[in-house]
Amino acid sequence: MNRFSYARPGSVADAVRELAGHPAAKVIAGGTNLVDLMKYNVERPTHLVDVGRLPGLKEIEEAGEGLRIGALVSNTAAAYDERVKERYPLLSSAILAGASPQLRNAATTGGNLLQRTRCYYFYDPATPCNKREPGSGCPAKNGQNRILAILGTSEHCIATHPSDMCVALAALEAVVKVVGPNGERSIPMADFHRLPGNMPEKDTNLHADEIILGVELPEPRFAKHYTYLKLRDRLSYAFALVSVAAALEMDGDTIGEARIALGGVAHKPWRVEEAEMMLRGKTADRRVFAAVAERILEGAQGFGHNDFKVDLARRAVIRALSQAARGTPQSQTDKRIQ
Amino acid sequence: MYETHVGSPRNRVDGRKKVTGTAPYAAEFTAPDLAQGYVVNSAIAKGRITAIDTKDALAVPGVIQVFTHQNRPRTAWRSTAYQDEVAPPGKPFRPLYDERIHYSGQPIALVVAEDFEIARYAASLVRVSYEAEQHQTDLTKVREQAYTPKYRTSMGPPSPRGDAEAAFGRSPVKVEGSYRIAVEHHNPMEPHASTVVWEGDGKITVHDKIQGCQNTQRYIRQVFGLSASDVHVISPYVGGAFGSGLRPQYQLFLAVMAALELKRSVRVVLTRDQMFTFTYRPDGLQEVAMAANEDGALQAIRHDLIGNTSTFEDYTEQTVGWSGMTYHCENYKGTYKVAQLDTYTPGDMRAPGAPTGLFPSESAVDELCHKLGMDPLKFRLKNYNQVDEATGKPFTSKELRAALQLGAERFGWSKRNHKPRSMKEGNELIGWGMAVGMWEAAMQKTAARAVLTIDGKLEVASASADIGTGTYTIMAQIAADALGLPIEKVTALLGDSSLPSAPVEGGSWGAASTGTAVELACHAVREKLFGYARGINDSPLGAAGVNEVQFREGRIALISDPSRFVTIQDAMVAGGVDRIEAEETASPSKITMLKYSSYAHSAAFVEVRVDEELGVVRVTRVVQAIAAGRILNPKTARSQILGGTVFGIGMALHEESMADHNLGRFMNHNIAEYHIPVNADVPNIDVIFVDEHDDLTSPIGVKGLGEIGICASPAAIANAVFHATGKRIRELPITIDKILGTKEAA
Repeated sequence: MNRFSYARPGSVADAVRELAGHPAAKVIAGGTNLVDLMKYNVERPTHLVDVGRLPGLKEIEEAGEGLRIGALVSNTAAAYDERVKERYPLLSSAILAGASPQLRNAATTGGNLLQRTRCYYFYDPATPCNKREPGSGCPAKNGQNRILAILGTSEHCIATHPSDMCVALAALEAVVKVVGPNGERSIPMADFHRLPGNMPEKDTNLHADEIILGVELPEPRFAKHYTYLKLRDRLSYAFALVSVAAALEMDGDTIGEARIALGGVAHKPWRVEEAEMMLRGKTADRRVFAAVAERILEGAQGFGHNDFKVDLARRAVIRALSQAARGTPQSQTDKRIQ
Repeated sequence: MYETHVGSPRNRVDGRKKVTGTAPYAAEFTAPDLAQGYVVNSAIAKGRITAIDTKDALAVPGVIQVFTHQNRPRTAWRSTAYQDEVAPPGKPFRPLYDERIHYSGQPIALVVAEDFEIARYAASLVRVSYEAEQHQTDLTKVREQAYTPKYRTSMGPPSPRGDAEAAFGRSPVKVEGSYRIAVEHHNPMEPHASTVVWEGDGKITVHDKIQGCQNTQRYIRQVFGLSASDVHVISPYVGGAFGSGLRPQYQLFLAVMAALELKRSVRVVLTRDQMFTFTYRPDGLQEVAMAANEDGALQAIRHDLIGNTSTFEDYTEQTVGWSGMTYHCENYKGTYKVAQLDTYTPGDMRAPGAPTGLFPSESAVDELCHKLGMDPLKFRLKNYNQVDEATGKPFTSKELRAALQLGAERFGWSKRNHKPRSMKEGNELIGWGMAVGMWEAAMQKTAARAVLTIDGKLEVASASADIGTGTYTIMAQIAADALGLPIEKVTALLGDSSLPSAPVEGGSWGAASTGTAVELACHAVREKLFGYARGINDSPLGAAGVNEVQFREGRIALISDPSRFVTIQDAMVAGGVDRIEAEETASPSKITMLKYSSYAHSAAFVEVRVDEELGVVRVTRVVQAIAAGRILNPKTARSQILGGTVFGIGMALHEESMADHNLGRFMNHNIAEYHIPVNADVPNIDVIFVDEHDDLTSPIGVKGLGEIGICASPAAIANAVFHATGKRIRELPITIDKILGTKEAA
């Protein structure tokens, strides 16, 4: 861990100023990911701006037809909030599919958006990694890539975004509220995380001088027909090999609006709107689901160890859509898959 | 009724200390002016260091010294000096010896600083240039270079008997398969650590994470040329080890080196990542072939293995011997070769070689049963052996038959439809599988001391270790019974090199060895005490012999008339002593070793549920029936079997150290990515201890439990997966991709 200075600004405005004055600063809240990465010598900030106690960011509030979750709301508080559970159970379920109670107690909504990949090479400074050291190379492509991406990869990086929460937020079309020196702006979830391209060191479109204020969820539409299905290498406390957030509007057996986002397969939660459109007006049916899965996985490409993810993702999409259509969402405590 | 401590469930005597954080582990001992070391590890797998620049690291305020191969103090130059009590044949790795890199993760520098954070930061500033050479870490690429090691510390494969090839050829029902189990790292909860306290005048006190403190002491003496009186090792608690603490590890060398050189106390703790930079359960390419007659009589067993070792030591396990010992079979042949890789030397990990060898052989038995259309339980009873056919010697005891029967009954095995894919509920196929396990039961020469004081307190002590198994507790139970004292009056001491000699605790021999030594020492105290009691004028005990009295509740009383007694205090007063001390050594019986074979046995029954479409496997039920001699403490004994079973679940479904062969390096070196079972993966585990009388293995009737729990479980799980899905998976761990990617057997 390198030497760093530390500041705990008293207001959002101060925090933004603090950040602007220190280009190599990092924002810290729960610290569940950043502190690890600093110990591993992967992140080497010279200055930490602790936003953990900023006023006004710890609330869950009504926002028009939707709900606004402050950046400092813990993952636990968000998952167990009655309004979230009732109106956005997909989000609650996705959060509870991740990490452990201890981590969820410490981790924040904003921090979860910014957590970094679990690629083994990114975590090991003794190896090259374009995300950690731009230009150093990507040994993962020909190396141990079991947990890595099959969609949206680039020759420079095949990392995945590890969050469960973000997969649900993507499916729900949440909007990330941020603030910087030029004031506030909104970033739709679809644009918040990036694909690696030739700048894999950049995970998101958040500017270095901006901080996250919270996420806004639009009008709830998927409280009945949803699921978060997470497949991993043990039954709990592991990052997703593949996860699927599925949300449907149903009229009897007929599907209305549909949303599907995949986790564990790309550098960002993966959505294919044309595939979602394929469901509209259709009767919930395995064959339809299979066609949708095919469309979502179009162009998916493994790198050896992770080849199986293409088939697994296809199967997971079909199962998740079946669960959502039936209105039998995956339990996050009963490990039997519905 | 009077209840003895031995045989009764007892809480751990060290339990309160452990859960309240007052049981000190190696990294928790402290000393005035303690400096902290942080290790720098090699980024390449093979080659040499061409330059190592420590300037920036040394410039960090608070850094005391950076040790490398260029400035390390002189230590023993002969590699034999580095050979510890359980070193395999070869030339042990010598930390910071020269510029050569033997494996990725090799320690190449130690930064010593005023605090841990400074040391860690400065370590990141050490710049190393390498000249890399072509390395090899992939066992499949060196098959052809495999050789039969000249010397081995583990038992070699048993001699061939009969003619396995011919019998295989002529038998009507046969199976053959290639098997592999992923490399595993031990990952005990407590990382390896050494705190070396500088006592002045060249003397040190060492707190080391080790399964035998005298092994550490001997290693330090040999390597640093110190005398026994200069090195005192005190390591009373071990936070799990599973074999990783049998041999002194590099952090010990580095901490001692730094302390002696700086004349200052030094602590070196390995990070979780660094726990992947030394020993591990080896890789192995196994081939098993079995054949039977139509009636299920086993005719032939062949078991061949190519295992990996390092370039500097020949590490071997028993592995291929188990298949030849489990059943009656006249034709057996096993071979064991090793091939060298540019890695650290693999080492013993809980039941080394046993689940590794039994997974293929018990899978083959299951496959054979499937071909025969035979109940796997019936097959095992039909081919039951009462004699160890590898040696021709009878077993000291073997109640595996009872274990099979009781286990099957508890599990409900008789309701099994032997056809694969015959049970389904919702999306899940249900499978029931079984396997048997074996582990050697042995004693090692071990000494113990007992001291009884006039206040009615008893202290028993040995230099052995309690690696979390409950050794302290069984020592206290045995001692309390021997002298008829409440268990609260007994103090057990372990993990101190100044205590009576003991080997490393491992191999499941701890309870039999330390327990017997404690009992012998307590009996010696009892003899003396009885002598004093008899010596009292008009002793209430009259002319009774020692066998005619009982030691209970602080009294020595006539068995025939317990109202006639002498208290311990009165006896000691009469003898004019305020303490009675005795030291005894327990040794394995030569007759037993010569004439018998001694093993613990297990039968594991497992239910799995497999979501076939998604490849998700859940273990939902386990029954483990254990025949392991006398059970000293059913509570801690059960915990040992639970732990072993969980280890087995890990081997079957989760654990895998993934190497990048391009880099020659294990990559998932943290416990977020190296998966061990979590609560959700562990179902209800039902443990049965079968009555088994055995006074040949050890005088106290004990066979040991540390390892038998893991032996059968991986194979039983794999067999249950087959029963559920019809898929025979021959590579562990059984992960989602393997379920999806394996075809159903014909």
